[in-house]
Amino acid sequence: MKTKFLYLFIVIPLIISACSQTSGSPTNAGTAPRTLTVMTHDSFAASKSVISAFETTNNVKVQFIASGDAGTALNKAILSKDNPFADVFYGVDNTFLSRALTEDIFQPYKSSLLADIPTQYKLDPQNRALPVDWGDVCLNYDKSYFSQRDLQPPQNLEDLLKPEYKNMLVVENPATSSPGLAFLLATIGHFGTDMYLDFWRGLVANNVQVVNDWETAYYTNFSRWGGNQPVVVSYSSSPPFEVLGSKTPLTEPQTAVITSDGSCFRQIEFVGILHGTKNLDLAEKWVDFMLSITFQEDMPLQMYVFPVNPNAKLNETFQKFLAIPENPAYVSLQEIAANREAWINAWTETVLR
Amino acid sequence: MILKRHRTITAILLWLAPICFLLLFYFFPLGSILKLSLARSQQGLLSPFLQAFNSAIPWRVLGFTLWQAILSTILTLALGLPGAYLFAHYNFRGKPLLQALTGIPFLMPTLVVASAFNALLGPNGWLNIGLMQVFKLTSPPVQFTNTFTAILVAHVFYNTTIILRMVGDFWSHLDPRLGQAARMLGANRWQAIRLVTMPLLAPAIAAAALLVFIFDFTSFGVILILGGPRFATLEVEIYYQTISLFNLPLAAVLSILQLACTLVLTILYTRLISRLSIPLSLKSRIVTQRRLTSPRSKLMAGMIIVTLLTLLILPLAALAVRSVTRIEPNRGEQTVTSPGFTLDFYRALEINNTDSIFYAPPSTAIAVSLGYALATTVLALMLGLPAALALSRETASPISHGLDAILMLPLGTSAVTLGLGFIVALDKPPLDLRSSWILVPLAHTLVAFPFVVRNLTPALRSIHPRMRQAAAVLGASPGNVLRYIDIPLIGRSLLVASTFAFTISLGEFGATSLIARPEYPTVPIAIYRLISRPGELNFGQALALSTILMLVAGAGMLLIDRMRIRDIGEF
Repeated sequence: MKTKFLYLFIVIPLIISACSQTSGSPTNAGTAPRTLTVMTHDSFAASKSVISAFETTNNVKVQFIASGDAGTALNKAILSKDNPFADVFYGVDNTFLSRALTEDIFQPYKSSLLADIPTQYKLDPQNRALPVDWGDVCLNYDKSYFSQRDLQPPQNLEDLLKPEYKNMLVVENPATSSPGLAFLLATIGHFGTDMYLDFWRGLVANNVQVVNDWETAYYTNFSRWGGNQPVVVSYSSSPPFEVLGSKTPLTEPQTAVITSDGSCFRQIEFVGILHGTKNLDLAEKWVDFMLSITFQEDMPLQMYVFPVNPNAKLNETFQKFLAIPENPAYVSLQEIAANREAWINAWTETVLR
Repeated sequence: MILKRHRTITAILLWLAPICFLLLFYFFPLGSILKLSLARSQQGLLSPFLQAFNSAIPWRVLGFTLWQAILSTILTLALGLPGAYLFAHYNFRGKPLLQALTGIPFLMPTLVVASAFNALLGPNGWLNIGLMQVFKLTSPPVQFTNTFTAILVAHVFYNTTIILRMVGDFWSHLDPRLGQAARMLGANRWQAIRLVTMPLLAPAIAAAALLVFIFDFTSFGVILILGGPRFATLEVEIYYQTISLFNLPLAAVLSILQLACTLVLTILYTRLISRLSIPLSLKSRIVTQRRLTSPRSKLMAGMIIVTLLTLLILPLAALAVRSVTRIEPNRGEQTVTSPGFTLDFYRALEINNTDSIFYAPPSTAIAVSLGYALATTVLALMLGLPAALALSRETASPISHGLDAILMLPLGTSAVTLGLGFIVALDKPPLDLRSSWILVPLAHTLVAFPFVVRNLTPALRSIHPRMRQAAAVLGASPGNVLRYIDIPLIGRSLLVASTFAFTISLGEFGATSLIARPEYPTVPIAIYRLISRPGELNFGQALALSTILMLVAGAGMLLIDRMRIRDIGEF
């Protein structure tokens, strides 16, 4: 009896895995499709129909290497630059871009679609890294927490230092979290390199909570999900996504975004063609495709980021609930490149020790 | 002489596959990434060491790593030893189930464990909800996440099963008459334990404690997610330095420091373990185990069982309950006042509401996980069996001791370092595996392999050599001896080892997240994808999938325990 049971334990998974791994890649009649390898991070997603349209048009199979967070994925690309195993890298943002450019992993490509894209997104004048999407890291707050207490929600960064907002803020560690680093950069852009640490000392005095990852900040600490802090560092896209990701359809989000001048930081993500690619023609087509309207309109629902191509239209829920800051804080790429590590270390010394 | 040379040749043949595997998929990637990282300092390979050891970072981090590991180990022993005593000495209804349940935590990815503790002790956990309702409080009174306590509790949660199993098994085979004789001669209960039982038990306790210490020493996810930003072990600091600060030379120095410490620990461990296998007229459990009869023993058993269940099972149960509870707070309310039952999150798992190319229904994720687990089991057995055979035949040789310690080294290696090592080293045909799915079972095998060896070696050692000799004299070839003598006699251990490999692979997250193919997510990866998005439905689905993983791991543990009845197990 027991042996039979054991066989079941081994055979069933075999059958299931055999059945589930039937892959049918669409091929054009005639030549076998070539393979294009796209390296990216684990937040990457796209619609099946959108990707297969690209595959059919160009007779290509796109293989994604999407593992590890943005920093890990970039490190993989850098460490394999002498013998790359991908043709394209997507997902380096403006906080990491300097690392990618210093390590010289991309080759320039002047896509014709760049003409449409506003200059504020084009951070690399040599077009080694081409902008694809943007998203704002902003403070979110729990609307009902404040309305219940007849308290005005904070309006800007300075408000967070006031005694009435003591114990109310949770932020992510910039050393481990991408929104955490973006928010640190917002404070640097807003208060300047000589004053930002004073602001953080004030937050510490007001008992700011620091956690390592967005998941903990949002689902454990944020009062919207039963935590203690009604203000959290998240994305300006979180409220519309709350509506989209709710079980019983919400008519409006329970959270809102603070968009005052200098309180948000705009993350821009880039794509680039890796040096040493053997499929340059396909890689260029892929980059064009990422900047095209089809892909750009698909991104918001898949990755919670927004198109750089102004011709791409946004879904209704976004148009209704997305708050876009007019003047996000600005820190230049050169400054980030020169000071990234020093700022993180200084922040750690001030806030955590 | 001929016999001796024959033995040497056999040993070499047996070691060939395991050593080649480790050289190719462990030492080569590790060496490549360390060399490349150190070379980036551009001032010679030595200068990163000088710089690092002149700064405060390595010492501060090493100090904290040791401190939390020592405390965690002591606490784990404090909880585990009474449990081991209970399991070793008494038979009671529900014991196999209890043993299986206490094994589940060991196999859970940290992500799930963090959710479990949050469901119980977080700001919106059952404990805080209860306290707030009873005492009419407006804010949750218990703060758990981001505390040192959370680290210690999570380590105890993970590793108590090691003490229960290793010490409990050994204890259950000790001859109870030794203690009884001491009592007859006038020793009181405590003197008998202190002067007779403890010295006999000491190697088992020390070995178990050392294994727990190794796991605590190299802790990563628990520190990062539950401990929060104020705490960093070596493993966590390696991650910071590699990913966030891109200080690869310092990361390499820290990796080497951690490896050196782990090597010392594993050498100590293998020394202690080899002492354990000197048979001390071990007795069958029929002789050593009693039923719970006296009220006093019942009370003691009850207290131990309740403590174990509270610490090891309650968080997991809280997670399971949360996965079938409506968690969306009503409008205008801060917490859910009337939690209602729902299966919506389980239903939602099967729906791809975004048409994503990487969407995988849980059935696929489970199938992928089971497929990788199966591949890991096969690989780990193919490598573990010869290694265990070699170790069981050469008990005293220093070389085999050394190899034994080295086999365990992957347990103490940073997943980030090794993951990047794969990318750097395995980059040329025929071994360009950088985008291959095979990397996942290879990485899992590195972790599972030591457990397979640990389970098989003592079973093989317990086979009397005369049985093999008799078979050989009667004309059996070495292959037939293996087939007809060794394999049937260690059948159960083989099964236990396989199930360990299988379940370890099911729960692995750290290395998998670095190398998995996105279209084939494992269950832990699928959980991570869900929890990293805002919205009730995503969070609820993550909990539902975690519960499914828990049930699968629980079934595996139950299977292990049904099969290991007779064994004097190492871990």
